[in-house]
This record gives sequence, C-alpha cells and structure tokens, in this order.
Amino acid sequence: MGSLTVTHERADSFFDTFERKAELQHQTHYCPGCGHGIVHKLLAQAIDELGIQDRTILISPVGCSVFAYYYFDVGNVQSAHGRAPAVATAVKRSRPESIVVSYQGDGDLAAIGTAEIVHAANRGEPITVIFVNNGIYGMTGGQMAPTTPLGRKSTTSPFGRNQWTEGFPVHVCELLNSLEAPVFIERVGLGNNKQIMNAAKVIKRAMENQVKGLGFSFVEVLSPCPTIWKFNPVEAQRFVREEMAKVFAIGNLRDRTKEAVQRPAATPPPAVEDIPRILGLVNGEAEAPPTGRPDRALNLHIKVAGFGGQGVLLLGEVLAEAGLESGYEVSWLPSYGPEMRSGTSNCHVRLSSDPIDSPLVSRPNVLLALNEPSLRKFLPALEPGGIVLYNGEAFPEDCARRDVRAMALPFSHLADEMGESKAGNIIMLGALLEATGLLEEEQVIGALRRLVKSQRWFELDLKALECGREEVRKQPFPLAEDYLWGV
Amino acid sequence: MTTNTKPDRGSVEMNSEECKGCGLCVEACPPKVLRLADRLNRYGYHPAVYAGHGCTGCGICFFVCPEPGGIKVLRRAMEPAAELAAACA
Ligand SMILES: Cc1ncc(C[n+]2csc(CCOP(=O)(O)OP(=O)(O)O)c2C)c(N)n1
Ligand code: SF4
Ligand code: SF4
Ligand code: SF4
Repeated sequence: MGSLTVTHERADSFFDTFERKAELQHQTHYCPGCGHGIVHKLLAQAIDELGIQDRTILISPVGCSVFAYYYFDVGNVQSAHGRAPAVATAVKRSRPESIVVSYQGDGDLAAIGTAEIVHAANRGEPITVIFVNNGIYGMTGGQMAPTTPLGRKSTTSPFGRNQWTEGFPVHVCELLNSLEAPVFIERVGLGNNKQIMNAAKVIKRAMENQVKGLGFSFVEVLSPCPTIWKFNPVEAQRFVREEMAKVFAIGNLRDRTKEAVQRPAATPPPAVEDIPRILGLVNGEAEAPPTGRPDRALNLHIKVAGFGGQGVLLLGEVLAEAGLESGYEVSWLPSYGPEMRSGTSNCHVRLSSDPIDSPLVSRPNVLLALNEPSLRKFLPALEPGGIVLYNGEAFPEDCARRDVRAMALPFSHLADEMGESKAGNIIMLGALLEATGLLEEEQVIGALRRLVKSQRWFELDLKALECGREEVRKQPFPLAEDYLWGV
Repeated sequence: MTTNTKPDRGSVEMNSEECKGCGLCVEACPPKVLRLADRLNRYGYHPAVYAGHGCTGCGICFFVCPEPGGIKVLRRAMEPAAELAAACA
C-alpha cells in the first residue's frame, strides 16, 4: 500500500508570511468566505503550474483587493482606481517578456475604469485581466456597482436598483465581445465546486494564452461578497449560483486562440543616451556638455509673478536655462489660470548645487514681482534676508519689509523708453544679475539665444539686459558681500 | 485485508490557526468528512476540522478555501493493482 504524498498545498507564489500587520501574518485581510481569497488561490496556483512566478507582474486595483501585493510573491504595481489596464499596458510594453495580470473589482473595472478596460481590450494588449464581479462596492461599504442586479438594494440604491434611474446591470464580457481584438473572453463563477474547479482551469488558460503571446485574455469571475450582501459564506455562494449567474450567463464568449496571430514584436525602446537626440535637444556637435559642478554653492527659490503678457514665464525660463548651462540643478514650474493672455501668472524656479527635492517654491529667497498684486501676494512669504525686485517707482507704504533686501524700479517704464514695453522682464533680469552677480553673462546670453527665437527680440533683449545693469550701477543695491544664497 | 480496514485514499491537514471558519470546505467536501469545531481558534473563529477518516484526497476543499494555507491535501500513491481496483470500485 502506497504512502501519503502532498497533492495540494499553499502555492509558492504566495509569500510565506503577510507582513501587512504585526498580527494575522498567515491570513489574508478578506472576510470569511470572500471570493477574492478563492480567486487569489486559483491565480497563484496557475502561476505555480506555469512556472512563471519570476516574470509575473500583478497590477493590483483599488477595492478590497488593494492589498494583493502583500500576498503574491511576484512583481507588483498598485494602480489608481480603474487604471490597472493602462498600467498593465505600460508594464507589458516595456517588459514584453513579463506576464502581466490586471486584477480588478467591478467598481474598479466597470465604473471608474470603463475607459481603460475598453481601450486596452480594443488594442488587444497581450495581457490577462481577472475581473472579480461581486456585484457591489465591497471596500467602501456597499454602494451599487454597475453590475448590481436589478431590484437589489445597496447603500446608493436603497429601494432596489431601478433600471429607469440606475440603468441595467452592465455585462462587461458581452461589451468586450463586440470588439475585434480580444482573443479570449470567458465568464466563470464561484457558486459551487464544479464552477470553482472550472474557474481554476479558465484562469490558467487565460494566463497560458499570455505565455504563448496570443493576445488579450479576459476572465470575469462571479464572486461572493458575504459581508455586504449580508449572507453567510454558504448562502453567498448560493447567491452567486442562483442570482448572479442568472443575470450574467456563465460560459465562454470567445476563444480565438487558435486563429490568433502573433503580434509583431514591439520596436525596442531607444537607448536612454539617445533620447536627447530624438527629442531634438541636441543642436549640433558644438554643444559642449555641462562643465560639472559650478564653483559657487547656490540654493535659489525664485518666484516670478505678474500678469499674463509681462513675460513672467520667459523670465523664469531664462533663469532656469542659464542655471542649467552653469551646471546647477534646475526646475521651472509655471502656474497660471485658465486665461491664456490675461489674469495673473507666476512661475517657480529652483536653481541648486544639490539635487532638487521639489519644484514648488513656497518660501522664495528671490521674489521678482512685476505688478503690485503679485508683490502683495508673495512678499509675506519671502525668506528673511531674501531679495525682492519690484516693478514700480517705490514700494507701497503698507507693503514693505525691513528684513529683506528690496529694490523698486519702474521696469515697464524703462522698457517703454527703450521702445518696447514688453521688455520689462529682461530689464529686471539685468538688474537682478548686476545686483547679485548670481549668474555669468555668457550663460544668460546663451539661454536667451536658445529661448528667444526671433533675432529682433534677441537683440532687444540684449539691450534690455544692459539697461537693467546700467540702472543698478546708478543706484547700487544694498547687498552684503558675504550673503549666502540659500546655502 | 477487509474493506473496512482499507486505508483512506487521501487525507487533509487543516491549519486551524489560518482558518476563518467560513464553512465553505465543510459544504464542499463530497464525503462530508469536515466540520466546524466547537472550540474557537486564536482569532475567535470555529476552525474546520477533519473527522480523521473518509477523505478521498479529491482536493476540492483546497480550492474552495479562501485562505492560501488553510488546507493541505494528501493522496495515497497507489500500487497499480489497487489503483485498478479503486477505478473499478
Ligand atoms: C479615485 C477614487 N475614487 C473613489 C475611491 C473610493 N473607492 C475605493 S474602493 C471603491 C470601489 C471598489 O469596488 P470594487 O471594484 O467592486 O471592489 P471590491 O471592494 O468590491 O472588491 C471606491 C469607489 C478611490 N479609492 N479612488
Ligand atoms: S467586503 Fe466583500 S469583497 Fe470585501 S473582503 Fe469582505 S467579502 Fe470580500
Ligand atoms: S480532499 Fe476531498 S474528501 Fe478530503 S476533505 Fe477535502 S474535500 Fe473532503
Ligand atoms: S474553507 Fe478554509 S477558512 Fe473556510 S472553514 Fe474551511 S478551512 Fe476554514
């Protein structure tokens, strides 16, 4: 008589311990009798049997299964609500050898994520989608899902789902079956032993299709949610069998795996070194690489603000570009309202010897205020010891600070005198550079050359720069020699 | 050897600390050799337990159990003659 050998045990594709919490490290967080636990088991089993644990990447959704990454010992990306098919597309395309599974609930896939699933299917992305349809939003406490059967009560359909107000249950398999590209679409259930054993087979098929490179495979699993449906686990199983399976017919809707044609191999992604050339960022051989770390340590938090049309964004861009050219880390973040040409606008510029943590400037040490509302808005946030240049004859009396270095000059008027009223921004830049010596002339002119396309404007801007410098030479700016720029 | 001393074809190891007492395995087991214990486990669930005999090793309880390591199923490797007898039984 033979001896006993193990035939079924915990899949290798599960972690040995689940480190979500200090307690319960062997149990999932699912309610007793939850279908997610069963689907996890069938999927883990399929991954084990196909020997693909090392190259499987699970895209987990938002919903009760949001913690799937604590259980599956495979690659994982947790995606935003409904976006798993888009994330899966990106992962599959960038790592074609991986086996990518988009695991989603019915709120996730059929409500907020309707667009993503439809288009991923329509593109025939060669991924596997496991769609756990429990007819309700579990995680958030029982709101109606697109798949809730008619007449069923939920917190958002307290009188029962009514077709006239809430519409009919959405049949996702049938919807996707109207598309050309998918190769495999099947609906299974967890309503009894037979259904569960069949679900195991179908999930494995859908994974195998991907291993063979056949194309988009979709499995909908009618799944119990005992907690929200207020059934015990055995009754919930019956509900799947007797009610869900009536609304959503179990069976294969499409199997084109035999006719499936191999997708043409994707063009390999370009080498990282090649990207500047592809983006047209290389002007020619003359372009010298940045000269390493600049001598002078800087940590500038610059805010440029004014109204649209004053050249606020360009002024910030020139500073960032010249900083980059000088070897600093830089960032430039424009911020403007929906108005294209009017309204206020401002931009955040960082220039630093060290890597930049955030491109946001909330406590500037340089404020370039091109109009009074901007001055009033941002002056209070200026760092003590910081510098403010204001486009006006003088600071308004009720808007001044003694603990910052301040300069008011009528930049727009100076620009008018030059014959081009819009050049005030560059005059201000000239004044800033002359007063602080922050950047070298060569890099600033280089930046202007790249950013200002028209030759006329480029020449005007050179004049404007010089005009600003000249003004500061006339009335020197109070700046201590040993002031450290933010470092 | 008489029929009633013939060893079972299978056996199960129930992990009562992982069990949440959902009862799905109890419901699913064809020969009904599983039941929920009267005692509670560490988390306050009545864990499923095996009666100790009668398991066929069919593996169904394993698939219906939502917990990854709730149940382990074992099967007796049969000698060819016994296998034939079992198949004809
Ligand atoms: C963008 C966004 N909107 C809404 C939510 C709230 N939310 C969390 S889970 C969920 C529904 C999940 O339902 P389903 O996909 O059916 O998964 P189940 O919990 O039933 O497994 C919602 C609406 C969220 N987290 N993010
Ligand atoms: S609420 Fe429903 S779907 Fe969520 S874990 Fe509990 S039984 Fe599962
Ligand atoms: S393996 Fe089959 S017979 Fe044995 S306990 Fe499980 S379900 Fe019952
Ligand atoms: S199915 Fe699993 S969790 Fe549920 S009672 Fe049986 S052993 Fe326990």
